[in-house]
Amino acid sequence: MLITRRVEFSASHVCRKEGASEAENRALYGPAANPNGHGHNYVLEVTLDGTPDPITGMVFDLKELKDVLNREIIEPMDHRFLNYEVKPFDRLVPTVENVAVEIWRRLAPQFNGVTQLKNVRLYETEDLYVDYSGETL
Amino acid sequence: MTLTRRYRFSSSHRLHSPQLNDEENQQVYGKCNNPYGHGHDYVLDVSVSGKLDAATGRIVDLDTLDQVVGNHIVNCFEHRNLNADIPAFQSMVPTTENVAVEIGRRLTEAWPDAFGNTGTLLKKIRIRETPRNIFELTL
Repeated sequence: MLITRRVEFSASHVCRKEGASEAENRALYGPAANPNGHGHNYVLEVTLDGTPDPITGMVFDLKELKDVLNREIIEPMDHRFLNYEVKPFDRLVPTVENVAVEIWRRLAPQFNGVTQLKNVRLYETEDLYVDYSGETL
Repeated sequence: MTLTRRYRFSSSHRLHSPQLNDEENQQVYGKCNNPYGHGHDYVLDVSVSGKLDAATGRIVDLDTLDQVVGNHIVNCFEHRNLNADIPAFQSMVPTTENVAVEIGRRLTEAWPDAFGNTGTLLKKIRIRETPRNIFELTL
C-alpha cells in the first residue's frame, strides 16, 4: 500500500551553468538565470510503500514521517537560498530535477525497514513538477 | 525521472456523432449535444522522461517543450471551436478521449524534429476537461 504526505517549503535559487556565458544561461534557463535569484513555494509529495502493521494498522507512523521530513528537508531548505545555503547546490544547479534527486538522497536512508521510499514528487510551481523514484540517472 | 509541465487552452465543442440519429445523440451526449456547442478551460499535463544532463541539471529543454506544445497544440486549439477549426474533428467526435488521442498524435509526429536523439521521450498526456473529468493517455 502507498501512503503520500505533502509538505511545503519556500526557497530561493538561481539556475546558471558553470562556465556558460550570459547568453547561454539565458537560452538554457530563461528568467531563472537572473543572477540575483528568485524563489518558489515548493510542494513536496513523499510516497512510501509498505504493508499495514497488523497491530497498529499503519504503514508508517505519520508523526515519525512528519519529523523525518521536517528534519531532513524542511529545516535545511525552508526560507533558504539553495545555491548559498544548501549543499550540494554550491556546485550543482538547483533545477527542480536536481532538488528532487537531492531530496531522494536525503530521505531514502530514513526508510530502510519494511516500508520503503517509493517516489518523490516535487512541484516547483503549480505548472511544473518532477517525479523521481531513485532510478539510475 | 519524469517531468510534467502544465498547459491550458479554452475551446468550444459539440458532441454529435454522424453515425447516430438525433435522438440517439441526445441520449448518449445529453447537454453536450446542444446544437450550438459549449466550451471548457482545458488543462493539459504533458509528462516527459529523459536523461539528467550533469552540466545543466535538466532532463528536458523546457523552452523546446513549450515551443512544441505551443506550436502544435495550444496555439492551434486556444479560443477555437474544435469541431469547426481542427481538421481531425471534422471526422471524429471531439470527446476529451479523442482530444487526448489527437494531442498524442500531434506531439508524437512533432517529437523527432524537436528532440531528435536527445533521449527526451513523450510519456503521458493528462487532460482535464473540467475539474471532475480527467483523461490520461500513456504514449
